Amino acid sequence: MRTALILLLLLGLAAIPGSLFPQRSQNPLKVADYFKSNPGTAKFLDQLNIFDVYSSPWFSSIYILLFISLIGCVLPRSFEHLKGIGAKPPLTPKNLDRMELHAKLETGTLDQAEVWFKKHHFRIRRDANSISAEKGFMRETGNLIFHLSLILILIGVAFGSLFGMKGDAIINVGDRFINIPTSYDVISFGKLESERTLSPFSITATDFKATYDLKTGAPSDYKLTVNIADPVGSKEISRVVRVNSPLTFGSTKVYLQANGYSPLVTVRDKQGEIKFQGAVIFLPQDGNLTSTGAIKVPDMKPQVGFIGSFVPTFARNSERGAFSTYPEVLDPRLLISIWTGDIGLDSGNPQSVYRLDTSAMKRIGLKTLKLNETYDFSEGSITFEGWTPWVNLQIVKDPGKMYALFGAILAILGLLMSLFTRSRRIWVKELNKESGVEVAGLAKNSTPGLESEIASLVKEMRG
Amino acid sequence: MVLFTVAFIAHAVEVAFSVRNLDDKTKFDFTRTKRSGDLGTVMMVLAFLFLFAAVIFRGISAHRVPWGNMYEFSITGALAFTGAYIFALWKYKIRWLGLPVAIAVLLTLGTAITILYRPSAPLVPALKSTWLAIHVSAAIISGGVFLLANCVAATYLILDRYESNGARPTWALKLPTLEVLDQLTYRLVAFVFPLWTFAVIAGAIWAESAWGRYWGWDPKETWAFITWVAYAAYLHARVTVGWRGRKAAWLCLFAGSTFLFNYVYVNIWGTGRHTYSGL
Repeated sequence: MRTALILLLLLGLAAIPGSLFPQRSQNPLKVADYFKSNPGTAKFLDQLNIFDVYSSPWFSSIYILLFISLIGCVLPRSFEHLKGIGAKPPLTPKNLDRMELHAKLETGTLDQAEVWFKKHHFRIRRDANSISAEKGFMRETGNLIFHLSLILILIGVAFGSLFGMKGDAIINVGDRFINIPTSYDVISFGKLESERTLSPFSITATDFKATYDLKTGAPSDYKLTVNIADPVGSKEISRVVRVNSPLTFGSTKVYLQANGYSPLVTVRDKQGEIKFQGAVIFLPQDGNLTSTGAIKVPDMKPQVGFIGSFVPTFARNSERGAFSTYPEVLDPRLLISIWTGDIGLDSGNPQSVYRLDTSAMKRIGLKTLKLNETYDFSEGSITFEGWTPWVNLQIVKDPGKMYALFGAILAILGLLMSLFTRSRRIWVKELNKESGVEVAGLAKNSTPGLESEIASLVKEMRG
Repeated sequence: MVLFTVAFIAHAVEVAFSVRNLDDKTKFDFTRTKRSGDLGTVMMVLAFLFLFAAVIFRGISAHRVPWGNMYEFSITGALAFTGAYIFALWKYKIRWLGLPVAIAVLLTLGTAITILYRPSAPLVPALKSTWLAIHVSAAIISGGVFLLANCVAATYLILDRYESNGARPTWALKLPTLEVLDQLTYRLVAFVFPLWTFAVIAGAIWAESAWGRYWGWDPKETWAFITWVAYAAYLHARVTVGWRGRKAAWLCLFAGSTFLFNYVYVNIWGTGRHTYSGL
């Protein structure tokens, strides 16, 4: 028991660094920033798994040890307790006057006491000249249920992480998402799960509406309308997804996590031939959705790329340059810098679609475009045709969470049962030499209330 | 806002009466003590009602449950704390706690009006859920009772120090015995621990529907877990290992401070998804 207690406290302490240092699982960008600003310390801390505390060997070993000690403690006690269900209370001890509550009565019989005990639902053991009575069996039952359900929660967590999957996909409104690995921007599987088990649904985003508070610009509602087909190709059904109401496909859920804008652009070469046309996903940089991204046109010779900034409601000042004052599109601008040279797509190195690698390129122009405006530069032209919102869908499969939920509910019930049941024993014994009886009581954890209970018993026996 | 100020003043008056209450005790003038003590209690109940009305009106003015930013958490927390005190007063006769409670509430409300105040605004989408009412109310009530338990444990430690150096000072003569304080701390914690467990689990269920996972070691979640572990350790230490008195009181204070840390530090300076302080 002492070991388990120490391990419990250790687990609490071990969780602290994860809340003070950025974690890869939550915020990889912040971890990267930390590496940039303190490379030396970061390297050292990384060796201690400070950036992955909750999956680190030392954190895992503490909770695994804790649960081993918990199982070692709780299982034997559970069997013991099960055996005790029908059993009688233990024998009346010899010296009752050692108990914390003790009284001698000149009148009263064991029969009277037995009637009182039965009326108050005590479990009793009647021997030749004594009664041993016990109440509060549910305290230990609740206690054991609580600890067993903690084990169940852990099993649920482990099951979910072994057989689960999690991924993110950004799709433009109007596009269709098909649940196959290549549709994802990021995807990770549990150790015992593979891509073949993805359920074959498709989601078409038909409409996205964000509502903002006019005064503060804070979002007040996001509403995504989709058509879903499960499996792909079957009849489509319309559904609405909100932040607190995800889509459900069996044990897979689809959440609306983030949103932003994709400017629609057309790029033509010098002959006027369309070389690129479409919506390009830009990533929001602030609460008013000033967004940045890259447009790459590898089909032109030389290759052309744009670093862009989409401003939904345009403002400009000397300090910040161009920025957005409201997250909705009221007065949009597309700011671009134009580059020519080698985009670097042929080198085989993976590249972010949101960034232009300008190391082998040369800047040839800068322009702020209004809606439907076309800008002619030396290699061709670009037209800002409009915009479409995009949404980030987070797709999570967690088959273990029902076990964890069930465990959590049981844990609370067990806890209530255990903390609000008083466990106590009362003995009544005939006196040897004189007439009358002696009464004694013992409350576990010295919970109060026993005194008044014994007073009531004594009153009954005095008649 | 007006009601809120009235509640604030009522609490201030409460402090005044409690102080007089203590002064009077040193003179052993029990008739006067009783009167000012009663006035203090009446003021406390009045303050509770005004504060309750203030919280309700805040909800009406914002058209939602009033738990969307740090200002609102603080006034509701002060309400829960006062409520826990009044409940404990009615059950366990602990009027002596009135002074520290009133001072703590006064400080909380003071910070709430001066530093944390924000005009009422609608909720961000992630907070739009029935779980807001369930999760936050459970967490706030737990917080109120945890802080009350901390006050009792702190009183225990102060009196314990006096007693180990000799007798209690006169002002503390009417306070309960150390054993009663120890028991009271335990009972408050044992009473509210299931509620805190529930608050954490309700949070997990909500996180599952809003953020796509039920547990993600977000700083708020981590500290809620640490608080849970600390109070679990306190309960085990008392029930199973048999810690009593000084050691248990320190452990209780430690657990309570993890809660406060979570409330203050993680809300204001922390990163992660629980950044709803509005600051």
